[in-house]
Amino acid sequence: MKVPPPPSGKVGLPAELSLALLADMLRIRRMEEKCAELYSEGKIRGFLHLYIGEEAVAAGAMRALAPEDNVIATYREHGHALLRGVSMDAIMAEMYGKREGCSGGRGGSMHLFDAAARFYGGNAIVGGGLPLAAGLALAAKLQKDKRVTACFFGEGAVAEGAFHESMNLAQLWQLPVAYLCENNLYAMGTALERSESQTDLCAKAASYGMATLKVDGMDVAAVHETAQRAREYAAKKGPIFVELQTYRFRAHSMFDPELYRDKAEIEQWKTRGPIHTFTARLKAQKQLTEERFLELDGAAQAEVDKAVAFAEAGTWEPAEDLTKDVYTPA
Amino acid sequence: MSAISYREALRLALDEALAKDERVFLMGEDVGKYGGTYAVSKGLLEKYGPERVRDTPLSELGFVGAGIGAALGGMRPIVEVMTVNFSLLALDQIVNTAALLRHMSGGQFSVPLVVRMATGAGRQLAAQHSHSLEGWYGHIPGIKIVAPATVGDARGMLGAALADPDPVLVFEYPALFETKGELSAEAIDIASSKVRRQGSKVTLVTYGGCLPKALKAAEEVDGEVIDLRVLRPLDLAPVIESVKKTRRAVVVDEGWRSGGLAAEVMARIMEQAFYELDAPVARVCSEEVPMPYAKHLEEAALPQPEKIVAAVKGLYA
Repeated sequence: MKVPPPPSGKVGLPAELSLALLADMLRIRRMEEKCAELYSEGKIRGFLHLYIGEEAVAAGAMRALAPEDNVIATYREHGHALLRGVSMDAIMAEMYGKREGCSGGRGGSMHLFDAAARFYGGNAIVGGGLPLAAGLALAAKLQKDKRVTACFFGEGAVAEGAFHESMNLAQLWQLPVAYLCENNLYAMGTALERSESQTDLCAKAASYGMATLKVDGMDVAAVHETAQRAREYAAKKGPIFVELQTYRFRAHSMFDPELYRDKAEIEQWKTRGPIHTFTARLKAQKQLTEERFLELDGAAQAEVDKAVAFAEAGTWEPAEDLTKDVYTPA
Repeated sequence: MSAISYREALRLALDEALAKDERVFLMGEDVGKYGGTYAVSKGLLEKYGPERVRDTPLSELGFVGAGIGAALGGMRPIVEVMTVNFSLLALDQIVNTAALLRHMSGGQFSVPLVVRMATGAGRQLAAQHSHSLEGWYGHIPGIKIVAPATVGDARGMLGAALADPDPVLVFEYPALFETKGELSAEAIDIASSKVRRQGSKVTLVTYGGCLPKALKAAEEVDGEVIDLRVLRPLDLAPVIESVKKTRRAVVVDEGWRSGGLAAEVMARIMEQAFYELDAPVARVCSEEVPMPYAKHLEEAALPQPEKIVAAVKGLYA
């Protein structure tokens, strides 16, 4: 696939919002760089799927949502959880498997949950969250709630029956749901054109009669504007599918030797990196100085240091409590 | 109260649930306009409207998943999957989401979902509509499995399942749809097994569609019949009590023998009452064959009163 040119041109958002989006991306990036380090040290185990390179998607989309909205994500959801309002402390403690984690140490990296943030996970079955999102949206519609359900998933999920069944249900019942497809071009190691007969993802959703939008997922400003349109559409009209074209800079998980793609391709995509391109654009239009950037970055780093200390100081749940959350206590 | 059929009892339960709680809605394939594959939901669309008696496309995975989402979103969905064989299309959502969500989220998200489906053989529906896989679901922590075998349970278990904060799978038996019984005012739980017939020579442990067969066999062998009612979590206290008295037990289970629910029940009797037994625990299960269509072959594949009697006699040989 030909790599498009880096996002460029004037950012049309209010300066304050632009800086907030930049700060959001930096928070995810610094947190995940630390996670990779902690993984090498053996502090974090299991599967760890990093979002590095894709931060503009979660950042741009999450600020378009209202506090009452529902959010569902995948196993690559650290950034979504963080920007939805789950504290970095609770996320890091969860990665450590500590009781203070946002899932009490039961979920780990792939299963972050937070009821207060209406963050419904953290689903590691590809496509598994899509029917759930339809159901949450159905509940909202039946209860005449104003909330929208935002469902993040990767392009790999479009091959699952769950995708097609959910598109049909959502459109048939006109549910207030935004299906946000993070197309990073690879389902684990399988490139889109090696797994899909139809590689135009919007065409798949459109075949169910659903409204669609497509956006450069490396451009946080464009993502934000598109997500706002999508949210408004879902709230007022009905379901919508958004393809966010992005790229994962790191391996699929920490076990992936990346035999399936060229280093040159990765380097080319890195020139489109969401953080440095956005930083350069804001600087060019005099909305950001190097000092301000360092401030934001320093704040993100400080938050990471604090989260690691929190996780280190966390406690282990006693094994006697092992089965306490299998069923709801009477 | 006059006698009603098992089918009418199931319909009455749905009607009562829809009338009682605005959050309850029924969805599934042909539950509305068609009136339900087994006519269980007949008339409910007219009474409650298409929002609350909701026909779905043939998308078991999709609409069971949507049921989970709706439950998380504050509703009390009753999702009907036509038969247990079709529920395999929704297995991912039942096992990987509904059953796991509460534990995986550290106790933050319970899933108050009810899934109903028909199970079991006896109507010549052949291999893809007749299997008895409820014991298989009983393997999975995080869900509850109930098997109404009487008119009272057919009416009462749904309400109890809806009141439960966790996912409950309700297995309904087409083989019992025409059976009749009286409704009583007694409260129905989804936690206990029950003695359905007193006897002294053997304990017959069963559930679901095999209950009438066990009761019939019990007449001949002076058996005490225990209806498990709830397949997960199992309540074996009445079974152990009974075995102490009869000193013999036969488990009657329409599921296949290998790795089945009967094996689990037998193991627990062995663990808890080994020294009370005068003979090894026996079982009568379905033959290990896909359910055939021809009537005589279907009958040969299933547990029957004669097989139960023979198994009991074997314990006295």
